[in-house]
Amino acid sequence: MISILKNLVNRFLSSLFKKKKDFKLGLYGPPNGGKTTLANRICKDWLGEDMGTVSNIAHETREIQIKEQICIKSKGKELTFNLVDTPGIATKIDYEEFIRAGMKEKQAKQRAKEATKGVIDSIKWLDDMDAVVIVLDATKDPYTQVNITIVGNLQARNIPVLIVGNKADLKKADIKKVQAAYPQYNVIGISAKYGDNVEQFYEGLFAIVK
Amino acid sequence: MVTLRFVPYSEIEELGSARRVKKLIDIVKENKIVLLQGRLKKEEEADLIAITMEEVGERFKGIELAVINPEDKNMSGLRKVRNNFFGFLLGDRQGLTIIGPASIVKEIKKDPNKIELFTKEAKKKRA
Repeated sequence: MISILKNLVNRFLSSLFKKKKDFKLGLYGPPNGGKTTLANRICKDWLGEDMGTVSNIAHETREIQIKEQICIKSKGKELTFNLVDTPGIATKIDYEEFIRAGMKEKQAKQRAKEATKGVIDSIKWLDDMDAVVIVLDATKDPYTQVNITIVGNLQARNIPVLIVGNKADLKKADIKKVQAAYPQYNVIGISAKYGDNVEQFYEGLFAIVK
Repeated sequence: MVTLRFVPYSEIEELGSARRVKKLIDIVKENKIVLLQGRLKKEEEADLIAITMEEVGERFKGIELAVINPEDKNMSGLRKVRNNFFGFLLGDRQGLTIIGPASIVKEIKKDPNKIELFTKEAKKKRA
């Protein structure tokens, strides 16, 4: 009897521990919004290392990347999560665009093939997320159908969302436009590349996972 | 020449999610622009993107997608509840969903009162 009780308690404790340990924070958004740049910023700030490579050519991240056990601290609070950097979600992928960006045909076709698989994986992984940061390029129209579909799907799954208007360092960036497009969410303007306003971003993270 | 294909909601309402999405993609793959009465469920929109990606190849480059909803900001609370209730029961017939092949449609821009659909030839069409 005692051993059964012991087992139950152990299982309960380990499930609690596992849940906390496996908290997944996803970075979602369209291609080239700066998801990996933000992932690198977070990893550099708290682990002292990069997470992935970045490029000006879209679909540089074509596989789900996970960095485990990132612990961030702010104002006496602490949050541990597994960071999931996802491939950008797009409705079209044209290998000829990669050729125009300077790639050889074979390489471009391969990249397109991998990119389509990446989009599918990103969508599949939506169900596994505990919280999501949507990373949007603040210099671009925030009201695209891809963005709306991502937001709508997270809403339908009751997943907490923080929206980041990235590239705030650029002249064309318009954070107010992003905020106006998604008034129901906390939208924070940052520059993941230069680290502008990341403190506020971390505060925003604590607010959505409370 | 651009071909528009109107799909009334009644044409998809009996179908399950996967068949709905497949039906719409099949029309788009015939190089037609779909004008769907109403909208898909949010999960179906995500499925539409995922299945589109499975179909992308040298010929089919994907889709351009836009959903227009009737502005409900000024709608009274009771009307909103009524709309949501009937939407839940009968499917969301309000608004319009536009799905075009990316080889033809370059971009779809929308504001509350109009949609601008730019084709690859840079000519402007209005729906």
